[in-house]
Amino acid sequence: MSAADPSAGLYVAVILFALGLTGVLVRRNLLFMLVSVEIMLNAAALAFVSAGARFHDPSGQVMFIMIITFAAAEAAVGLAIILRMHAAGRPTLDADSGNRLGG
Amino acid sequence: MGGMLLPMVIAFPLAGSIILLLSAGEMPRRATQLIGPGSVGLSALCALFLASSFLSDPPVSGSFHVVLWHWLTLPGFAAQIALSLDQLSLVMMLVVSCIGFLILVYAAAYMDDDADICRFFAYMTLFVASMLLLVLASDLLALYVGWEGVGLCSYLLVGFWYGELNNALAARKAFVVTRIGDALLFVGLTLIATDVGTLDIPTVLHTIHAGPQTTLGCLLLLGGAMAKSAQVPFQTWLPDAMAGPTPVSALIHAATMVTAGVYMIARLHDLFLASPFTMVACAIVGTVTLLLAAGSALTQTDIKRVLAYSTMSQLGYMYLALGCGSWQGAIFHLVTHAFFKALLFMGAGAVILRMHHEQDMFRMGGLKADMPGVFYAFLAGSVALAGLPLISAGYFSKELILSNAWNLSPLLWFGALSGAFMTALYTFRCVFLTFFGTARGHAHGHTGLAMAIPMSILAVLAIFGGYMQTPAEIGGINMFANLLSPVFGPMREVGGTGLLLIGSLVPIIGVALAWTIWKPRDAVPAPANHPVQQVMRANWGFDAIYNWLLVHPYFTLGALNRRDGLDRISDGITWVMHGGSQVLARMQSGQVRRYAGWIAAGTVIALCLAI
Amino acid sequence: MSVDFSVGLYGLIAIAATAMVITRARPVHALLYMVVALLALACLFDSLGAPFAAMLDVIVYAGAIMVLFVFVVMMINLGQPDETRERSWITPSNWFGPSVLAALLLTTLIFALGHGDAATGPNITEVGPTAVGMSLFGPYMLTVELASFLLLAGLVSAFHIGRALGEKR
Repeated sequence: MSAADPSAGLYVAVILFALGLTGVLVRRNLLFMLVSVEIMLNAAALAFVSAGARFHDPSGQVMFIMIITFAAAEAAVGLAIILRMHAAGRPTLDADSGNRLGG
Repeated sequence: MGGMLLPMVIAFPLAGSIILLLSAGEMPRRATQLIGPGSVGLSALCALFLASSFLSDPPVSGSFHVVLWHWLTLPGFAAQIALSLDQLSLVMMLVVSCIGFLILVYAAAYMDDDADICRFFAYMTLFVASMLLLVLASDLLALYVGWEGVGLCSYLLVGFWYGELNNALAARKAFVVTRIGDALLFVGLTLIATDVGTLDIPTVLHTIHAGPQTTLGCLLLLGGAMAKSAQVPFQTWLPDAMAGPTPVSALIHAATMVTAGVYMIARLHDLFLASPFTMVACAIVGTVTLLLAAGSALTQTDIKRVLAYSTMSQLGYMYLALGCGSWQGAIFHLVTHAFFKALLFMGAGAVILRMHHEQDMFRMGGLKADMPGVFYAFLAGSVALAGLPLISAGYFSKELILSNAWNLSPLLWFGALSGAFMTALYTFRCVFLTFFGTARGHAHGHTGLAMAIPMSILAVLAIFGGYMQTPAEIGGINMFANLLSPVFGPMREVGGTGLLLIGSLVPIIGVALAWTIWKPRDAVPAPANHPVQQVMRANWGFDAIYNWLLVHPYFTLGALNRRDGLDRISDGITWVMHGGSQVLARMQSGQVRRYAGWIAAGTVIALCLAI
Repeated sequence: MSVDFSVGLYGLIAIAATAMVITRARPVHALLYMVVALLALACLFDSLGAPFAAMLDVIVYAGAIMVLFVFVVMMINLGQPDETRERSWITPSNWFGPSVLAALLLTTLIFALGHGDAATGPNITEVGPTAVGMSLFGPYMLTVELASFLLLAGLVSAFHIGRALGEKR
C-alpha cells in the first residue's frame, strides 16, 4: 500500500545496469563477470517491475519471474563452466585467456 | 557429293585438334602421333577425292558451293559461313592439306622426344583447320575467321617452347606485328562491307567499281596481307618466328600461313584490278622486300634464319607477280615455293636435330658424308630455291614472274633479277657452309623413315613440280594456267627468249660465285663482320628503328601511365577493403569482454539513433 | 514524500552495494555485498507494490543463486595469489574505457527516461501474488512453458559439463 514513484525505480535500474556493464567490461575474473551479469539481469528485472507498478499490471512481475529463470539457468551453466575450467588445470579464471581455445 | 565432302576437309583436322586439346596430354604418345597426322591425312584424302571429282566432272556453276549456316543478318549487311571450291581454292586446299600432311608426318618423328607433343599436334591440326577455312571460305568474314585462327596458331606455335624468354618474346612480336595487319585488314573489310553490303566474295567482285573508296579498301587489305606475309615494312617478325619448332617453320612460316596474303589478293583480284595504284604499290613492296631480304639472307649465320629471309624474299616475288597482274605466276610460285621451302626447312630440321639443336652454319660443315640422304634432299630444295634452269620447280615459276615484271617495268625486272642472283648466292652459301668442307661438329643418330619419306616426296616435287607450266620456248606446257583460267582468265603471253636466257644464266653465275667465295678450304670459315654486313644481318636495322620509334615510346608511355587515376581508384578500393578487413579482424579478438564492449557501444549508438 | 524517500534509500543502498561488488578483489566479499544489494532490491520491489517479486528475489536470488556462487568459490578455493593478481587487474587504466562506455550508456538511458511520458504522478497500488499467478497461468502460459524448457536445458547442460568433469578426475 505504498505510493512510491516508479520512475525513481527506473533510474535506479538504469544505474545498476550501467554498473553491471562496467563490471563485465572491467573484471577479467570469470566469476566476477558472472556476478556482474547477474547485476545487469537484476537491473532489467527492476525496470520491468517498476513499469508493471506504473501501469498496475502483473505482466511486469511475470517478466521478473522469467528473468529469474534466465538468471538461474545462466548461473548454473556458467558456474559449471568455471568448475570445468578449474578442473582442467587452468591456473586462473582469466577470461582473456579463453581465446586460446585450449579447452 | 562435293558438297558433302567439302566441310569434312575442315572438320577432320578440327576434330583432331579438339580431341588432342581435350585429352590435355594424357593420351599415349603413339595415339597422339596417330591422331595428329592422321586427321590431316584424312583431310588430304578428302581433298584429293574432291579434286578428282571436281576435275573429272566440273560443276556447271564453276564451283562447289556449300552454305553451312547464316551467321549474321542485319539490315544492310549479311554474312554466312559458306565454303566454295573453285580452281584457285582447289590448288590451295591441295597444297595446305597434302603438304600439311607430309609435314605433320615429319613432325611426328621430329617431336618424338618432346614432352608436350600432344599440345604441339593440337595446335598444328588447329592451324591446318584454320588455314583450310581461310582458303575455302566463300565469305570474307569467314576468311577473316580463318585468318585470325592461323595467326593465333602461329603465336601459340612460335612460343611453343615458352620456357625460354626469347621464344615467348618472339611469339609476342609475331602476334603484335601481324595483329597490326589484321586491324588494317578488318578496317578494309568493314569499308568494303559498308560499300557493298555484304562480304560474299563473288558479290563483292561483281559489284565493285573503281573509286577512291575502293583504292583505300584495297590499300588496307594489302596492308593486312603484307603483315601476314612479312613484307617490308612488317617483315621484322618472321626471322624471330624461327624460335618455334622447325616443322612449324616449315608449315606455317614457309608453306602456308605467310602465303595467305598472296591467296587473298589473288582471290580478290578483280577488286585489286579496280585500283591500279594499289597494284603498283604491291609490286614495289614485293621488289623492295625481295631485295632487302635477300641481302639479309646473305649475311646470316643461323641456318633457319637464312631460310626465313629467303621465305620473305620469295614472298616478295609473289607480291611482285601480284602487282604485275600475273595471278597465275603468283599462285604458281606459291605452290612451287611450298614444295621446296617446306623441303628446305625439313632438311634444316633434320640437320638441326642430328647436330643436337645447333643452328649455326659456321659450326656445321662436312655433313655431306654424315647424312647423304638429307644432303641430297636439301640440295634439291636449294636448286629449286636458287632457280637453276630446267632441273628445278623454282626456275619455271620465277621465270614467269620475271617476264611479267619486264612487262610492267624493266626496273622491277632488274630488281627481281638481282634478287634471283642473290638468291642463288645465299642458297649455295648455305649449302657449302653446311654440307661441304671440314666437319666442325658431329652429327649423331639417324634420320628416320618418317622424316625421310616426306622429304623425298617433296624433293621429287621440288625438282619436277615445275613442269606443270613451262615457257613457250621449253615445251610450252600450260597445265597450271589452264587449270586456273576459269578464275583468272587466260594468261597473257609475255617475255621472250632473250629474257629467258638472262634469267637462266643469272642463277648459274650466282652458284659459281658462291663456290668461289665459300668453297671448302682448309681454314675454318668465319662470319664476315664488316659494319655493312652487320647491318644487313640485323635485318637492315629495322628492328632497331622500330624499337627506337615505336616500342620504346610505347613502353615509356605505359610506364608513365602505370599509376594513372583509374588505377589509383581501384588501388584505393583495395586499400579501403584491406584496411577495413584489418580493423574488423582486430575486433574478432576472441575475448568475451571486448565483445561485450562492442555490444554496449552498439547499444549506445542504437539508443542515440532511437531518441 | 516519505515513500519516495524509502525508494531513494533502498535504491542508494543497492547502488552502493553493487559498486562495492564490482570493485572487490575477494570473491567472497563481492558475493556478500551482492546479497546486500539483492536484499535492498527486494525492499525496493516491495515498496513498488510487488511483494511477490520481493519474496522471490530473496528466496531465489539471494537464497539460491548466491549460495551457489559461494559454493563454487569454496570449491575452487581462490586464495591469496589470486587476490594479488586480481588487484593487479583492477588498475585505473583498465577502468577508464569501460567506465566511459557505461557512463555514455547511462547518460543516454537517463536522457531517454527523461523524455519518456512514463513518469507521471505516483499512483501505485499493490499487485499481489494472486494477480501474478492468474496472469502467469492465463495469458502467459506459453512463457511459463518456455521458462521450463530453459530450466531443463540449463539443467541438462550443467549436468553434462559436470559429469565430464567427474569422469576426468
